[in-house]
Amino acid sequence: MAVAVPVAPQSAAIVPRRGQFLRSMPAKAKVGGAILGLFLLVAIIGPAIAPYDPSATNPNALGAVGPTAAHLLGTTSTGQDVLSQLLVGLRSSIVLGVLTASIATFLAVATGVTAGFLGGIADEGLSLLMNVFVVLPALPLLIVLLGYLPGSGDLPTAIVLSALGWSWGARVIRAQTLTLRSRDFIAAARETGERTWRIVTFEILPNEVSLIAANFVGTFLYAILTSVALAFIGVANFSTWNLGTMLFWAQSANAFSTGAWWWYVPPGVAAALLGTSLVLLNFGLDELGNPRLRNTTGRRKRPHARWRPGTGLSTAAHPHQPRWSGRAWRPTDPTPVERAEPLA
Amino acid sequence: MIPADTARNGPTAVPAGEERPPVLEIRDLSIVYRGDVDVKAVDHVDLVLAPGETVGLAGESGSGKSTLALGACRLLRPPAVITGGSVVYRGSRVAPGGVEILDQGSRELRKLRWREISIVFQSAMNALNPVLRIRDQLGDVLDAHLNLAREEKRERLGTLLDLVGIPRERLRSYPHELSGGMRQRVMIAMALAVDPEVVIMDEPTTALDVVVQREILAQIVELQKRLHFAVLFITHDLSLLLEIADRIAIMYAGRLLEVGSAEQIHNRPAHPYTRGLLESFPSVHGARKKLAGIPGSPPDLRSLPPGCPFVPRCRYATEPCRSVDMRVLPVAGSDERHLSACPFVTAETAERAAAALASSATAAAPQRERS
Amino acid sequence: MTATLRAADVLPAASARGPLVLEAHALAKDFRLSRGLHGEVLSAARDVSFGLYRSAVVALVGESGSGKSTVARMLAGQERPTSGQILLDGAEVRPWARGTFRSYKGDVQMVFQDPFASLNSVHTVRYTLRRPVRLHQRAKRKDAVAAELQRLLERVRLTPPDQFLAKYPHELSGGQRQRVAIARALAARPRVLLADEPVSMLDVSIRLEVLDLIDELRSQFELAVLYVTHDIASARYFADDTLVMYAGEIVERGPSEDLTQRPAHPYTQLLLAAAPDPDRLGSPIKVEVARDTRRAGSALATTVGCRFAPRCPFADERCGAESPPLLAINSQRAAACWRLDVAAPALVSETGEERSLPMNS
Repeated sequence: MAVAVPVAPQSAAIVPRRGQFLRSMPAKAKVGGAILGLFLLVAIIGPAIAPYDPSATNPNALGAVGPTAAHLLGTTSTGQDVLSQLLVGLRSSIVLGVLTASIATFLAVATGVTAGFLGGIADEGLSLLMNVFVVLPALPLLIVLLGYLPGSGDLPTAIVLSALGWSWGARVIRAQTLTLRSRDFIAAARETGERTWRIVTFEILPNEVSLIAANFVGTFLYAILTSVALAFIGVANFSTWNLGTMLFWAQSANAFSTGAWWWYVPPGVAAALLGTSLVLLNFGLDELGNPRLRNTTGRRKRPHARWRPGTGLSTAAHPHQPRWSGRAWRPTDPTPVERAEPLA
Repeated sequence: MIPADTARNGPTAVPAGEERPPVLEIRDLSIVYRGDVDVKAVDHVDLVLAPGETVGLAGESGSGKSTLALGACRLLRPPAVITGGSVVYRGSRVAPGGVEILDQGSRELRKLRWREISIVFQSAMNALNPVLRIRDQLGDVLDAHLNLAREEKRERLGTLLDLVGIPRERLRSYPHELSGGMRQRVMIAMALAVDPEVVIMDEPTTALDVVVQREILAQIVELQKRLHFAVLFITHDLSLLLEIADRIAIMYAGRLLEVGSAEQIHNRPAHPYTRGLLESFPSVHGARKKLAGIPGSPPDLRSLPPGCPFVPRCRYATEPCRSVDMRVLPVAGSDERHLSACPFVTAETAERAAAALASSATAAAPQRERS
Repeated sequence: MTATLRAADVLPAASARGPLVLEAHALAKDFRLSRGLHGEVLSAARDVSFGLYRSAVVALVGESGSGKSTVARMLAGQERPTSGQILLDGAEVRPWARGTFRSYKGDVQMVFQDPFASLNSVHTVRYTLRRPVRLHQRAKRKDAVAAELQRLLERVRLTPPDQFLAKYPHELSGGQRQRVAIARALAARPRVLLADEPVSMLDVSIRLEVLDLIDELRSQFELAVLYVTHDIASARYFADDTLVMYAGEIVERGPSEDLTQRPAHPYTQLLLAAAPDPDRLGSPIKVEVARDTRRAGSALATTVGCRFAPRCPFADERCGAESPPLLAINSQRAAACWRLDVAAPALVSETGEERSLPMNS
């Protein structure tokens, strides 16, 4: 039973429109979103605009050549165009990321919500499953499974990656569902006579949207970085081009020691940028599921801090940066005093 | 804000003959929450605590009462900032002339906090660390402020629990082994651990059952008689304050609306809001009557009307109310320590209106046993 | 050894208003406190019997841990009673069962305590109200549903309705949210409204309004209202009958006014003495109670004797050995106490009846 004195109304005359949450996301998230958008665009049109076939070698090539007019990012030691490889490879990596994230998130939500909401023996069984997968040694298993993968293409890789990545998110979602289940509005939904599946879909899930989105983005990141890392050490599907295989070939051709930076820097930077954009985007996802944080005035400012009169304050993002003794305010500092004019 | 001629004494001035100055003097304090729109949580409020006095601070959510108390101790976090006023503490252990709390740095404030001014927070019983025993938590407080030898410390811990009526062997208990009432009493013991002169209590009994609440209140009163500390008691339950407070201040939307003794507030409430509040508590004693209450809803501090914030809900509101300057002034027909921010509604006009209402209510009273 | 008291025997004041709608008969709820193999059993509610009458308000008063919310939840069908029956219009129902729950909800609705938690923050008011309208009123056409939503909001005095339908809960004040919660309950067109501390989390100045609203709806729709509260003063103000609960049992019952003015049971007396009295200026009465270190109001199933005995100033040996049943004091009042002649001598001497005999079912 909550005991706090009731909170004052935070009524606004203007009703938040759904689109306004985009405007109110923190700058970091907007930057991340923009970068990711760019990458997605490349993923879609990349192969179409690649000037050369990425696998086409030049028998006359003497070695890796730096950027020229004909090859904007130079060539590999076998005369392949790095730019084309990058454009094609990006698509492959991103598709892999999206696939993995989708499968893993679906698994995590399905098991997490079911376990959390139903409780009892279903919870026990699913939790057991989750915990087993969590403690499985992921890296060795990935190497073994991916190394001996019979088929080619992104889908089997995505399946393996998501099989080893879904359980963390599932545990978190289960925990969130457990908290939500005991809330009054769920009991109220039952009072109204809602069926269980409707309660789960329309009452619980909307409250978990930000968590699910964060899960998706996080798994996306994990897929990209893991696949690049594994490909770098040789565990990959070499029939397609992706960022990791580019790095692998660069490394096996000693590009690092010969200084052929145009070969390994573009894929590395691309992978890093892609990962960074996902991390930045995550900052803005908190507000997805919480109408309270959507900026109701439509002003292009960060959302003001969640204010509760009389109690302490939880500062999410606040534009006013108070200073104390010349540095940013810390929680152990006293309340700042800003007098307009000196005391009489 | 007070008129210049009463500036020297102020609303809760110590009566002539007393030498000791007020132990805590809050003058013209303003606290603002910065944001898209700056919200004035506390707007030019005066409040004075005499030594050993119990002052009640009543108000609903959004009134600013907790903000006032926490702000006076510099315990609020940004985006809260104090934008004006002064808070002077004049305990017997600090320099004569007092300490201006708003000018102190972290180190000085740490010396003041708990040793001079302590706080019992809302639902404080949940503030106890569940993995530490009671004696460790109380002991931490003693260690932080006093340098006691081990024997002394043990004795003091025992004395503290005796003070609040908890058996000494409970020092070895964990918080979950105590009931809510006992935990709250531990919090009170913790607040009194190093002999402060001012104890701020922010809704200390709201989470407790009415019987336990009564016990705790009686305990506080008894402790006050023994240890002579002043209490600033913050609550939304005005009926509680009428029983235990010497003086009561009523806040609404960040402003002080009325200040007076418990007797004055109860028998001669001046401000319409106070009247309304008194009409909002069903009572088990006395005749059963239809309560009028207060229409409307609590204000939104981001969009307050000009003038008096109570205008939207006040049955006596007129045009001049929208430009009143909200100073608390002595109430006509009462002594100079009974102040109200409403210069228009006097006790008489309110009485007449109330009588008219009562007569129509009694005519309608049979309606209560309705169809 | 407790005697059951059928609601019809001691005639509640509420029965004057209308016929019996919902009846609780010897309801009990036990919770197993899991402590290894030998879990102890906590009796959250024991032998609770009372009735709800059309157009009447019955208050269930008690502290936290008294079992009052458990009783309300059992009547709402959210908890399954360990034993006892629930009767709707005289016929036994099992609201917790899958099949009957839905139709039961069309008759009995609950309003929750916390207005900030009982509305889903991701849904607008429109969605929140549309669901019960669709489910219970079988209104399918858009305009029929829309008209009904307007009517509902007007009934709870949230006007203009269109403005409120588009709002999210965080844009509403506590009082407004509670009105929406009441509208949601009304959308099912129930005959019984179970209000679990509907105003205790609201600001003082709006409590009266919400209570007055419930009262108005009660008379307009002839609802049978159960008002669960810890505030006995509001029970006096609002309810026809009051039942006082302690440690899972009903210890006293009677018309609200008489009960609060002339309490019989020592616990009721304690509650009333502890309630703030504005007329008692500046001298808080210290209520002497034996310091019971257990959590007030909870009792294990294995407890013998009257559960209030450890804190009771009048307790004697019999109280510690034998748990008293509800004994009738007069035609409208009853209290579960062996020492009524000492606790409330004036009341007892009024009636010359054999008040020491338990009521038969």
